Amino acid sequence: MATIPITVEFSGGLELLFSNQRTHKLQIPAQDPSGNPANIGFLVSYLCDNLVEAKRKDLFVMDGTVRNGILVLINDSDWELEGEDRYELQGADNILFVSTLHGG
Amino acid sequence: MTASNPPLSKLCAHCKTVRAQILRPKTHERLCKTCFTTVFESEIHATITTHTLFQRGSRVAIGASGGKDSTVLASVLKTLNTRYDYGVEFVLLSIDEGITGYRDDSLETVKRNAVQYGMELCILGYRELYGWSMDEVVAQIGKKGNCTYCGVFRRQALDRGAARLGITHVVTGHNADDIAETVVMNLLRGDLPRLQRCTSIVTESASSPIARSKPLKYAYEKEIVLYAHYKQLDYFTTECIYSPEAFRGSARSLIKSLERVRPSAILDIVRSGEAFAGMVAERPGGGGGSEQSAESGGGCGSGGGGRGAGGEMADMEKELVAAEAAKGLETEILMPGKRRKGLKGQQTPKVVKEQVMGNCRKCGYLTSQEFCQACALIEGLNKNRPRRMIEVDGEEVGLNGGVEGLSLR
Ligand SMILES: [Zn+2]
Ligand SMILES: [Zn+2]
Repeated sequence: MATIPITVEFSGGLELLFSNQRTHKLQIPAQDPSGNPANIGFLVSYLCDNLVEAKRKDLFVMDGTVRNGILVLINDSDWELEGEDRYELQGADNILFVSTLHGG
Repeated sequence: MTASNPPLSKLCAHCKTVRAQILRPKTHERLCKTCFTTVFESEIHATITTHTLFQRGSRVAIGASGGKDSTVLASVLKTLNTRYDYGVEFVLLSIDEGITGYRDDSLETVKRNAVQYGMELCILGYRELYGWSMDEVVAQIGKKGNCTYCGVFRRQALDRGAARLGITHVVTGHNADDIAETVVMNLLRGDLPRLQRCTSIVTESASSPIARSKPLKYAYEKEIVLYAHYKQLDYFTTECIYSPEAFRGSARSLIKSLERVRPSAILDIVRSGEAFAGMVAERPGGGGGSEQSAESGGGCGSGGGGRGAGGEMADMEKELVAAEAAKGLETEILMPGKRRKGLKGQQTPKVVKEQVMGNCRKCGYLTSQEFCQACALIEGLNKNRPRRMIEVDGEEVGLNGGVEGLSLR
């Protein structure tokens, strides 16, 4: 199956849910189970199935999407400008998840 | 990421030359990184000048936790002080609650910040100020309800620390999200006096020599995090390892959900809070400064550091249960006549009563009671000190053994 090489980063405390590691180089399936191009929504479910510490998954996702209060930057751009969940992953993309919820 | 010219609709709304990378929650503007940084700094400068927060030649302490809010605050103040020549000397003031492993790394961050921003740093410990570190408090009373201690101790610690430095003005990193959250909590509690205080940008009680202000009051948390990210600021993130303040967690979830649906909601709530405050201020005593004046209410108020992070993560029901449990514990240590915090709706909101301020009989801190809150809490702790072993969540924890036995959530 074809894959897309991407870099996923976690910060703001989220790295604690991902083996306490900030940067992850991943090969993501190029298509989701229904055959559509892999997008951020699919990446999030992929991370939930493969990478997140299962017990604390709820700190990362809620109602099938990234929890409120977690910022997503796609190649350093606000995901709200890129279509959020529907942004289709490209090779060498950098996706950063930052929690804003932790102490100030 | 296209190198070629992006379509006009993708360009920054300000400079119209570079691709936009941020959608501002406050205004829905699409901005590039450079314009965002400039706008973010200018708005804080405007807040500072509009409210005349600083006087030339004064020394001002920044309540610094090493977390994102206070780090961004220190960085922006450093930038603005240079750019606009405020002529203010900023000092970093950090509080060490004495939670094993919790402050070690964040204090290291603050130490680096002190070097990076060329600011003096003063670190004060709860142990030194109150005779009890938070680890010791938790060993004594358990995990639940200890945020009350942490909050009361921290509030006074900043004031006392400032006083020790001969400083009369402390700035904290409270942001718009924090204030919106506090407005919601105070509305739900029907706590009008606190509602009034939490929205004011400068809290100066007539009787306290230390003023507090919140230059980031109108700054969204999202933008603070983005600013820290784009400026590559050195900040520290951790979860407060003790029980989070449950009620604040619920309010926080609510605010974040509202923001998702309608980003302007945060600022709208802050403005609503201000409008309510205007109404309260007209009542007698509404502006009275109790010792609560500085902060949002008990618990891990965020700007000073150490917001509990687990609470908003739990579901609402769990939080309610925890809040009830915490409330039960708190009642033991609150002074007579003191209203209980809680979620039960049947408390009729007490309308503002006239407060007579005096000095704590023990430490001299300003208070409306015989003893200040901190001294009342310490009194309760000291009474029970002889007990060697206590039960915490079914596990025995020795008083001197720290909290290794506690399971982290
Ligand atoms: Zn621009
Ligand atoms: Zn006292």
